[in-house]
Amino acid sequence: MEPLLNIEDLSVDYTHGGMEIPAVRQVSLAVAARESVGIVGESGSGKTQVFMAAMGLLAANAAVRGRVRFEGGDILGVGAESLNRVRGSKLTMVFQDPMTSLTPHLTIGTQLAEVLVCHAGRSWREARNAARHMLDRVRVPEPERRMSQYPHELSGGLRQRVMIGMSLLCEPLLVIADEPTTALDVTVQAHIIDLLGTMRRELGMALVLISHDLGVVAGLTDRILVMYAGRIVESAGAAELFQQARHPYTAELLKCIPSLTGPRQQRMPTLLGQPPRPGDPDEGCAFAPRCARAAPRCRTVRPPLEDAGGSAHRVACHFPLPS
Amino acid sequence: MDRLAAMRRYFLTRLAGAVPTLFIIVTLAFFLIRAAPGGPFDQEQTLPVEVMANLQKAYGLDQPVWTQYGHYVGALLHGDFGPSFRYKDFSVTELIGQGLPVTFELGSIALASALILGVLIGIFAALRHNRAGDYAAMSLAVVGVAIPSFVVLPFLGLLFGIYLHWLPVAGWEPASIRHLILPVVALALPPLAVIARLVRASMLEVLRSHYIRTAIAKGLPLRTVILRHALRPALLPVASYLAPAVASIMTGSLVVESIAGLPGIGRYMVQGALNRDYTLVMGMVIIYSALLIVMGLLVDLLYAWLDPRVRLDS
Repeated sequence: MEPLLNIEDLSVDYTHGGMEIPAVRQVSLAVAARESVGIVGESGSGKTQVFMAAMGLLAANAAVRGRVRFEGGDILGVGAESLNRVRGSKLTMVFQDPMTSLTPHLTIGTQLAEVLVCHAGRSWREARNAARHMLDRVRVPEPERRMSQYPHELSGGLRQRVMIGMSLLCEPLLVIADEPTTALDVTVQAHIIDLLGTMRRELGMALVLISHDLGVVAGLTDRILVMYAGRIVESAGAAELFQQARHPYTAELLKCIPSLTGPRQQRMPTLLGQPPRPGDPDEGCAFAPRCARAAPRCRTVRPPLEDAGGSAHRVACHFPLPS
Repeated sequence: MDRLAAMRRYFLTRLAGAVPTLFIIVTLAFFLIRAAPGGPFDQEQTLPVEVMANLQKAYGLDQPVWTQYGHYVGALLHGDFGPSFRYKDFSVTELIGQGLPVTFELGSIALASALILGVLIGIFAALRHNRAGDYAAMSLAVVGVAIPSFVVLPFLGLLFGIYLHWLPVAGWEPASIRHLILPVVALALPPLAVIARLVRASMLEVLRSHYIRTAIAKGLPLRTVILRHALRPALLPVASYLAPAVASIMTGSLVVESIAGLPGIGRYMVQGALNRDYTLVMGMVIIYSALLIVMGLLVDLLYAWLDPRVRLDS
């Protein structure tokens, strides 16, 4: 059976000042119904771009190639009208910055209800009732009062709850959460992650959680994909990835998670060097310049994403860490 | 609604604050116009001294300037703008009362068309960003800003009046839209062009914002995204331009009314100043400043409606 979301050979290039800047290079991935997938990578690795492309949200100067299918139907390059049949209802997105992601001059109630008016053909009155009910479900206190408030009257955490509620109104099959906690206070982050997990259990939808923070992704996802310089470098079940990462980059990322147990380290471990800049030659393994295990071959021959044993564990490395 | 009450209180407070402003303007204008050389009864032929003295006496100009000022303000407080010094047997109130409806009709139609068309063209250009439609709209806007109305109006009169015989070149008939079309076009063109450019620029910025991305991701049709989510924030710069636009239309109407031969009040401003018709100039100054003060106030309220983060209490 075809997976719920199927991305094949997706590439995104930006034209800027006459230069082609690649952001995503031939990424293929699939998300099954009810599955929870984490996408991890540092800033600029292309993790957000993949899903923005799928949602048709990229800027006009982005050239997208490849194929994206949702529920068996093509959604890439089909035009806004066709895309809107699933976008915002069955396929929804929660954005990084709740401070700027809600329209400032519309009340919370209007911004929630319009989704149902648009997609489910409900009357405004029905839609508002459903919206109020949803605010209650995502644990926004005093939903009645919040309905008539404007975004600036809500805290960041509450706004993100509103964003999550908005994404769930039409009982989506897949929610893409793009760094949903990055802009929030640490104490609020845990609540939001918790809420996403609870809602997923209650509604049974699939979830893609994009984050640069492996710690955030860890508890919430079944499977994790690691991206580096526009490509997937490793993919494995969440537990397996944490126990035995095969790609040196993943291993370095895991070392960067501060631990509460064990001996206290003098310094936070960090990754040395810089990710490749746009326009750098795209030869061999993009991680080679920062990799302790790199050999001459790594700089000339690109390692393909191959099975690495274990349950669907795949890695793109000539010299993976031993399992 | 708290907000409506706050708006009403704000409006009344500001309106009360406008009274001293208006008083200062009246005072300044009163002494400035009298400081200008010459007087209302100076003509090419010098009048006999006795006649001059009688005229001065009849209009109270023989008295000390402070006494004149006291009389003028006293009458003003009773709503009396005084007699015109040059239009015999006409009070300033009558003159302005006759001409104001014409000027008001011309100006408000021009402002409304400049707003509606300017906003529509601005949105159109933003949606066609860097494509032919955008370039065409913005080139037209440059023309609109660059060519003054005293060039546009005769040109339009020549084209539509004399060559094509579609519209009257000049003149005025009550309740005749045909006579208003060309003056309105000439008057509306400069502010229309500015508004189109403002809306295009702010719309482009708003369309790049995160909340528009959210609105698109919600699967809303483009029409809803633009009209419900993008339009109001994109109109903020237009609100700021509204008072200058009214000023531009008011000064433009001075020229347009003379060229098109419309019986509005525009001509009184120029003629009154040249004739040293003290009371008529004062009347015009008061009307124009009151209009601008009220416009400024409406713009503030408009801001509060466009952006709920604007606070009116203070």
